[in-house]
Amino acid sequence: MQAKRPLDMRQALVVDNITKYFHLPKPPLWKRLLGAKEILPAPGMLPSVKNDGKEPVVAVDHVSFTVARGEIFGVLGPNGSGKSTLIRLISTLLKADKGSAKVFGIDIADDEMGVKQLISRVSVDAAFFKKLSPMENLLYGARLYGVTGPEAAVKAYEIMGRLGLKRSTYSEPMEEMSRGMQQKVAIARAFLTSPILLLLDEPTTGLDPRSKRDVRAFIEELRDSHDATILITTHDMEEADSLCDRVAVIHNGKLVATGTPDDLKRSISNNGKPPTLEDVFMVLTGEQLSDADGADASLSD
Amino acid sequence: MPNNMSRGLSTVRLHVLQTYAFLARNWHLTRRYWGWEVVWFFYSLTSGLSVVFIAQGAEALTGQEVGFDVQYLTMYLIIGTLVWRYLSAIFILTSEVIAWERWEGTIEYTLMAPVHRWVHLIGQTAYSLTYGLISTLIIGIAMALFFELDLSNANLLGAGVVILAGSLSLVGIGILASILPLLYPERGAQMTNVVEASFLLISGVYYPVSVLPDWMEAIARISPVTYVLDGTRAAILDGAPVSEMQQYVLPLLLLGVVTLPIGLRAFKAAEDYAKRTGKLKRVG
Repeated sequence: MQAKRPLDMRQALVVDNITKYFHLPKPPLWKRLLGAKEILPAPGMLPSVKNDGKEPVVAVDHVSFTVARGEIFGVLGPNGSGKSTLIRLISTLLKADKGSAKVFGIDIADDEMGVKQLISRVSVDAAFFKKLSPMENLLYGARLYGVTGPEAAVKAYEIMGRLGLKRSTYSEPMEEMSRGMQQKVAIARAFLTSPILLLLDEPTTGLDPRSKRDVRAFIEELRDSHDATILITTHDMEEADSLCDRVAVIHNGKLVATGTPDDLKRSISNNGKPPTLEDVFMVLTGEQLSDADGADASLSD
Repeated sequence: MPNNMSRGLSTVRLHVLQTYAFLARNWHLTRRYWGWEVVWFFYSLTSGLSVVFIAQGAEALTGQEVGFDVQYLTMYLIIGTLVWRYLSAIFILTSEVIAWERWEGTIEYTLMAPVHRWVHLIGQTAYSLTYGLISTLIIGIAMALFFELDLSNANLLGAGVVILAGSLSLVGIGILASILPLLYPERGAQMTNVVEASFLLISGVYYPVSVLPDWMEAIARISPVTYVLDGTRAAILDGAPVSEMQQYVLPLLLLGVVTLPIGLRAFKAAEDYAKRTGKLKRVG
């Protein structure tokens, strides 16, 4: 694939005031047919009119941050805080209502295809054709990204071997594999297409401790040996602390803090005890992470 | 720096590779769901045979000698069965381009890949044409074991030209129908089946459209399936020469030329709408 324009290699990702609403009241059908879109509310305001029985929500609320090339940047927050919506916006799967995002200088709204060539995403639910084998799924994905079958097959064997997948499973349907194994194949698939910005949406959620460790090691290897920049969402504070160079805390769609894990921990006092990122989250949002998970689980994430 | 843009594939090679990705994936899916393929084959064959046996049983049904050519009616119904099998396979497989992704939970992965949507649709369409042709041939061979096929007067080239032109318009309509699962994640795939069933009713698959009520006959005149069936029957039953195929081929080409660009444009608009409203999430 050919780049339409030179990349700006200084910043991997610049997110500027990005905002996404859901369930806003729709204009009448005849107006929509003529191109009318939902009327966006003023900042901090949401209409009280329901759309299809659902309350309007602001899933991502004027969020801004930058990620430097080669960084592992974590977005922390409970379920329903807007993490997955943010990842979908950067992945070109959602269109922002306000604001912009640039990947290596390419604006997502202006050149969607250019951005797609640079990124890959691993979601919390490993999205595979469950009846197909890992190898069939990997070859499919690789070809979509311009990697030829023979080249992809050689790389796939190597990556799956390193991830500890048994050779006998390569040709078995994915549905017969454990969730941890499926997630490893999902990481392998992202690795295969050599993205320079990798978006990981809770990649270790639901995995056993050993699989979590393997996946984390793989993420670090990807950054170190493949010059990839990684944006990872998680609600595992220990994972964020050990893996991320910097983190952003998101709550109810709003960014409430950004910094290195150590800086964030230093910014709060904890009665003489060494604070954790969990403590940071509690101080910044006024909630325990586990409470916030339950409270916000019904939101669009 | 390792990235997707340094692989050095020409644009044409890249598009061919991506088209092949969809073909290969669909072939693997068909192979892995082979049990269902056997079921669909058996169902299609038995329902086709059941319809054609009506012609064979005309005398037994009425209890008296019938005043029409049973062999002609048999061939009429066989053509209807096979042409419908082929066209409906094209329509359904093309229109399920999004529905498959929703069922498998891969819609987000596939739609965020750096693939132009027209390349994606060409891949799915190429598979639907190949699948439709091969599965119809197999059923045709199986039907030939039950009935004597009289092709002595047939203009097979003329029939092929009509079917080819008809495939184009069915692809265009299939792309238009494929929008439904984008707009309606829960019920879109069901709606495409309603469209398919409507074509079966109004297009004269097993009877001339002249027997339909006037308003249905008027709709039949804008259905490409009607023209494909009329043209194929004229070529095979009456041996109409290729020069007489124009009356069937031209409307089909016109429908194809109109529906294909409209389908592509509408698909793009529907994808944008789905991205604006968050309807690409895996459901259904």
